[in-house]
Order: sequence, then structure tokens, then C-alpha cells
Amino acid sequence: MRLQKRTVGLILYLGVMLLPIYWMLNMSLRTNADILGAFAFYPADPTFANYVKIFTEEAWYSGYINSTIYVSINTLISLSVALPAAYAFSRYRFLGDKHMFFWLLTNRMAPPAVFLLPFFQLYSTVGLIDTHIAVAISHCLFNVPLAVWILEGFMSGVPREIDETAYIDGYSFPRFFVSVFVPLIRAGIGVTAFFCFMFSWVELLLARTLTTTVAKPIAATMTRTVSATGLDWGLLAAAGILTIVPGALVIWFVRNYMAKGFALGRV
Amino acid sequence: MGKWEDNKAWFLVLPVFLLVAISAIIPLMTVVNYSVQDIFGPGDRIFVGTEWFEDMLSNRRLHDALWRQFLFSGLVLLIEIPLGVLIALAMPKRGWGVSVSLVLLALPLLIPWNVIGTIWIIFTRPDIGLLGVAINGLGFEFDHTSAPLDAWITVMLMEVWHWTPLVALLAYAGLRAIPEAYFQAARIDGASPWAVFRYIQLPKMRGVLTIAVLLRFMDSFLIYAEPFVLTGGGPGNSTTFLSIYLVKLSTAMDVGPAAAFSIIYFLIILLFSWLFYQALQNVGTGDRQ
Amino acid sequence: MARIELKQIAHSYLPKPEAESDYALRRHDHVWRDGGAYALLGPSGCGKTTLLNVISGLIQPTEGRVLYDGEDVTDLPPQRRNIAQVFQFPVIYDTMTVYENLAFPLKNRGMDTARIEARVGEVAEMLELTPHLRRRAMALGADAKQKISLGRGLVRSDVAAILFDEPLTVIDPHLKWQLRRKLKQIHERYHLTLIYVTHDQNEALTLADQVAVMVEGEIVQVGTPQDLFEDPQHTFVGYFIGSPGMNILPCAVEPGAAVVGGQRIPLDGRLSDKAGAVQGALELGIRPEYLCLAESSANGAVPVAVKRVEDLGNYKIATLSLGAHTIKAKLPEDQDVPGEQAFLTFPPERTKLYADGRLVA
Repeated sequence: MRLQKRTVGLILYLGVMLLPIYWMLNMSLRTNADILGAFAFYPADPTFANYVKIFTEEAWYSGYINSTIYVSINTLISLSVALPAAYAFSRYRFLGDKHMFFWLLTNRMAPPAVFLLPFFQLYSTVGLIDTHIAVAISHCLFNVPLAVWILEGFMSGVPREIDETAYIDGYSFPRFFVSVFVPLIRAGIGVTAFFCFMFSWVELLLARTLTTTVAKPIAATMTRTVSATGLDWGLLAAAGILTIVPGALVIWFVRNYMAKGFALGRV
Repeated sequence: MGKWEDNKAWFLVLPVFLLVAISAIIPLMTVVNYSVQDIFGPGDRIFVGTEWFEDMLSNRRLHDALWRQFLFSGLVLLIEIPLGVLIALAMPKRGWGVSVSLVLLALPLLIPWNVIGTIWIIFTRPDIGLLGVAINGLGFEFDHTSAPLDAWITVMLMEVWHWTPLVALLAYAGLRAIPEAYFQAARIDGASPWAVFRYIQLPKMRGVLTIAVLLRFMDSFLIYAEPFVLTGGGPGNSTTFLSIYLVKLSTAMDVGPAAAFSIIYFLIILLFSWLFYQALQNVGTGDRQ
Repeated sequence: MARIELKQIAHSYLPKPEAESDYALRRHDHVWRDGGAYALLGPSGCGKTTLLNVISGLIQPTEGRVLYDGEDVTDLPPQRRNIAQVFQFPVIYDTMTVYENLAFPLKNRGMDTARIEARVGEVAEMLELTPHLRRRAMALGADAKQKISLGRGLVRSDVAAILFDEPLTVIDPHLKWQLRRKLKQIHERYHLTLIYVTHDQNEALTLADQVAVMVEGEIVQVGTPQDLFEDPQHTFVGYFIGSPGMNILPCAVEPGAAVVGGQRIPLDGRLSDKAGAVQGALELGIRPEYLCLAESSANGAVPVAVKRVEDLGNYKIATLSLGAHTIKAKLPEDQDVPGEQAFLTFPPERTKLYADGRLVA
């Protein structure tokens, strides 16, 4: 009966883990006065007013649009530069390859706070402040190394004979890469896309520093609205629930590949 | 498994190098530049050498924040890595349960960090929050806004809740990649479940656990938004971690000391990540003949 | 050492098997003689591995019993059946030394250190692993790793049988024959029952004294390599064993002859009578080696068109067409092959008939 004990443990963990998210859902369906007024396990008088407000006020829904835009751009950039680089790391030995690989990782180690001011100055100089592209590029700092890392693992799992055969058959590198190799690691690309999406979606410091109004992300919208109007918990909770949705959709599409994600080629 | 030797591969890495270099090296140079100067205004600055570094290295509050940070990251690794592995071991291997548990596990990862802090503020409130009400209902006085220990427990709980799924997802990926023959051989060899874990599953998870340990170490060492929103670094300075202190410092003081602080901070993470990386690469591969 | 008996064994991976095709292993009986060296030969996906796993206990069969020396072991877990199994990819415990790897099964059974040391020493000696005993198993090559997995089975002195599941797949070709020789030595020394799964007929024929051929979840023939060659019980055996494989031609039967593509091929009278009485689609089978090709017509010969001749050094392969059918004939090196038209003789004593794939006899 060992198996059952494990499953019970897992269900228990997942249940406890979902409590804060349930609480957020609970609050999102109540008015602010109701939330602050009394403790309640479930909304006695559920209201969708919070959601309606988010979907009808531009200050709110534009935040989602902005976030989605720069996160998508970032995911696209990260993938398109990381793919060839990961291929190089998985297939070739070249001058400084190991150092380069570790150096890439070090870029995840710098405190974002360190980069705030220099980033602001850099992007001001080139006139990119408050644009989606600025946030997307700045997020490459931590997403590109991660993308290279994951993709390299997937690519190492593909036998090198495939490349050799294709080159002998007269494929040029770009044609081989796009028409043979990329389809082979589709799963890896899906998982990488999820991780890039996730880390870019939840990042706040850089996104907030580099934007003012036009490209303001949803996470920033939430903090600013809070400070302007006092704490509207219900509204905030509804916004929080809605921030989970896009990522949950992404993971639903790549769920079958998740398990294979990091492990291929590195076991 | 020899790789092809070809320096032309650099052309493939070049886009990544350029992109990351723009985002990393130029700002880093700026920070280094600040760290050795005293700036009074535009065009009015003097070279101060290592003065800011000496200042920072002898700063008592920075020391405190640093030890606090080590304690925090140490606890994070000690709790999240084993817990994540346990969850991964308990997850189903096939069927609809796989999809459900994967998607559910990913949910906490998808919430913006400041929102997490905000949600936990109300979740732990003794009057209207589920956790706060539950703990006080059990007869404990629990208030993270006044008692440092309670604040620590709350921050740790939030951190474990938020990030253990990442470790679990990685560990699960590692487990799924172990060929079935290993488990069959172990059954024939009469290995106990513990021996299977100790000699097959754990060694085979080394690759993914390296990633998990490094990611969790780096990110927990850099943690800012969640505890800042939840506790503001208090009560007192009890939850003022390095990043929180760095931000406090840079708003209260010149950019020079803050820049020096940043560099020290960065070097610490670099050093430890390197140590972890080396240690995990070499564990269990002692043969060097 | 044990005689392994399978009684009415069948296995399906589906929870509720219904049709015959739901079974990975079709119901049948089989006996593996004590001390025999068997090769289990068949195409990928024919159920070889399933059969092996049923014997070792990794799989509980859906139906039937497994007997070791007459004792029912169907419900025993693999570690209590005293079998050793070597898998396609070497299974070694990465973090252990070679010594620890070999000692692992004994340690799990609570044997004392001195005896473990003696046993491991003996097995390592035999497998030529002694110089590596203190090294990490992970650092060794695929062939040494495969020897370690074999050794983990051999250290248990009470081993009943060794099962191999395509163990040489990942071994370099020039090391393959060395390992194969080692296996043969071990078998001769210990007289263990040995079952060796492979899809490579050369491997099967060189290693085993008995070859079992499996198709679609069923053992269709067991015999010496010569039996399989001369007397295939199933069209698949004829096709799979030999290079090129047996010619299999759909045919109809008349008294004393088979009709293929409108041509009469003389048969043994009793054979054609039997074939006339059985149900099912008839096929004629003949090995390329037994066909005679001549320039001029002879008694019973059928006209064929010569499409291609390949000279392979010691012999020639002629590709011929008889109506819509293609036939291969293996000819002596010195025989001149006629240009376009020729006459082909089917020696009646070598010509077989199959009904629904099974030999008519």
C-alpha cells in the first residue's frame, strides 16, 4: 500500500499549496468592504464587479496587453538567439566554450537592483524608455542563459549521426537546422518557451523601472493602483487570478513535454 | 563522445553573446565606474579608489544582512530540495494525474512576485486571512508584523510555497528520464526501495538537481519583492535581506557605496554558484584515472 | 540451473484483453531444457522481451504458470527466482565501484563480507574485471559495463538461468565477438540455462545450440540452426533465417503440382494431396540455395525472366521473375547466367508448402 500513501501525500501537498490561490480566488469574488469586514471561507455573496472593472478600465486591461506584448517579444528573441548558440554548445568544441557557458549563467546572478540605474540610463540614452522592446531586451539578461541551458540539454539528446547524414545529403546548415533539427527538438522549444514566458511574466523590478505609461506591465499597474486608491484587495486578487491564466494556458500546451524538459542528455 | 572541433561555432554563439553583453557588460561597467567615484553632480566627480568598498566591507548592517541572507538561502536549499524531490517521487508516472499535478504545481510560479507578497499579507492576517485565522485558532499567538520569528516563519513558508514546485518539476523531469531497465535490474538484484533511491534515482537526478540547486541558490540570494512587500524588511531589520538592504541603501545614500555593495554582492553569488557547480559536477564521480 | 517450463502462458498489456491481437504474448506452452543455450530470435515488437520478462518475473503473465524445475514460481518476485538478466543498455550503479556493483545483489541478500569478497573475486576473475575492481563503474567502456551487469547475475551461486535482452546492441563491433566468446565460455563452464534475445540471426546462430523463432507473440519453431534452415515450420522462419531469405510464392495446388503465376511446379504427390485437404491461403516456399537455373528447358522446369544478377564473390544472386512474382536464386560463382530467358527447376524434395504461414506436413 506504499503507492497509496505517496498519492495521499501528494494530494495533501497540492491541496495545501492551492490554499493561498484559493484565498485569492475567494477574495476576488468579494467586495473590499466584505473582505475587510469579516472572515469567510467562501464568498457568501459572490460578485464579479472586480473582474468587470479590470476588463472595462483601460488602465487595467492595458497592463495585461503590455505584459503579454513584451513577454512574447522576449520569448521570441530568447528562443531565436538561444537556438543556434545551444546548437554550438551541444555539437562543437571551440575556443572558450566552457567559460562562455558559465559566463552566460553568471548573468542570472547579478542582483537586478544593481542593474536598475545603469539600465535606465542606457535605455534613456538610446530613447527606448517606456517601450515594450526595452523590457523585452532587458529580460533577455536572465532568460537567454536559461534558454541556452535547457535547449542544450535537449539537443545533446539528439544523436549526432542525424546532423552528419543531413550534411552528407547536401543540406546547408540553415536549411538543415530549420527543416530537420528544429522539428526534432520541438518539445524542448515548448518547455523553453514556458520557462522564458514564466520568468519574464513575473519579473517586476526591471519592467517597472523601464516603463512609465505606454508599456506599463500588469504587475506594476497592480502596485500603483493600490497606492493611489488605498488597498482594494478584491480588485487586486481578481487581477492576481487573471495573471495566472496566460501562464496556465502555456503550461497546458507543453505539459506532455515538461517531464522530458531538463533531463534529456544530462542523465 | 567527442564533439566536433570548430571555432566557427562562435558565429552561432555571437548573437547570444552580443545580446547578453549589451544587457550585462555595459551596465556592469557603469556600476564598476560608480563604485570607485564620488559623484556630486553631472560632470562633478572624484576618483575615490577602494574607499566605498572599504566602507561597505566594514558596514555592520551589511554584515547582518549578509548572515541573514546566508541563513535564508541555506534554509531554502535544505527545505526545498528534499521536499521537491519527495513530491517528484510521489507524482504519478502516467495517466491524467500527470497533467493535473504538473499544471497545478506550476500555478504558484506564474504569479508576479509582488502579488505573491500582497496575497500573503492578507492570507496571514490573524483577523481575515485563512492561515492567520487557522494558526490563531489553534491557540498560537501569531503575528508577523511584530514578532521577528513569526515574520521569518511567514517568509519561509511563502518562499517554500512559491518555489518548491520548480524543484519538483525539475526533479520529476530527471526521474522520468531514467530508463526502465534500471528499476528492473534493481528488482532482480533484490534492492530495497531505499537502495533504489540511493543508488539509482538520486545519482540519475544529479544533472537536474544541479540546475535546481543553482537556480534556487541564485534566486533566493537575490530575493527582493516577495519579502519586501510582505514585511518591508521588518519587524526591525529582522527580514532585511541583502537586496532589500541594497535598495534601502541606494535610495538613502550615494550611488557609489551602493555600486560597491552590488559588486561585492555579485561576487559572493558568483563564488558560491561556482562552488556548488563544481561540487555537484564531481560528487560521486571520484574516478580520475 | 533449472529447467524452465511455461504452461499456457499468455500476456496482454491491456487490462481487459479480448481479441487475439490484444495479446503481446499468445497462449502457448514451452519448455527450456536445463543447461540449454537458447537464442530467441524475432523481429522488433514480436514479444521477445515480454516473454523474457515473464520468465524473470518482471512481468506477471495475464494467464498461465511459470515453473522452475517443476516448482511453480509464477507469484514469486524476480529477486526470489534466482535468475540473472542483462539488458540492452548496460545497467550499472553509477556511484559505486566495480566491486560494489558486483557485491550489490549479495549485500542485498545479507551475505557476510568474507563470502562476498570470495564470490566477487571469482566472478571478476572470470570476466577479466579484476584490474578494474576499485574503479568507478561509470568510468568504464560499454563492454566492461555490460560485463558488470552480467557479473551481478553470476555472483549469485544459485543462479537458475541467465536471460539476455539484446545485450550487444551498444557494443563496438570488434568487441562483440570477444564478449560473445566469453558468454559461450561461461555457459560451457557452468551449464547454465541461457536464453538470449536478439534480432540478429548471425548472433543467434553462432551462440546458441537451439534457436527459438518468435513471431507476433508466439514461438513458431525451436530447433538447431540447421533445422531452421532446412525445415522452416513457418514462412517467417524461412524468410528470416538465411540470406537471402526463403522465396515465398502464393500458389494453388493441383494433384502432383503447385501452380504459381500460371506455371505448374511439380510436387511430391503426398504433399499436394495434403495441401489440397487443408484450409487457408497456400504458399510455396523454397530456399534460393536449392533452385537450379538452366539455359534450356528440362523436365518440370518453368520459364523465368532474368532481371538482375549480383556477383557477391563466393556466389551469385539472380533475381528472376515468374509472372508477377520475384524469385531469388543463389548460384555457384562459376555458373554462367543466361541473358534474358531461363528455366528454373524446383527440386520437389526441397519445395515446401505453407497454409496460412504454417508448414503443410
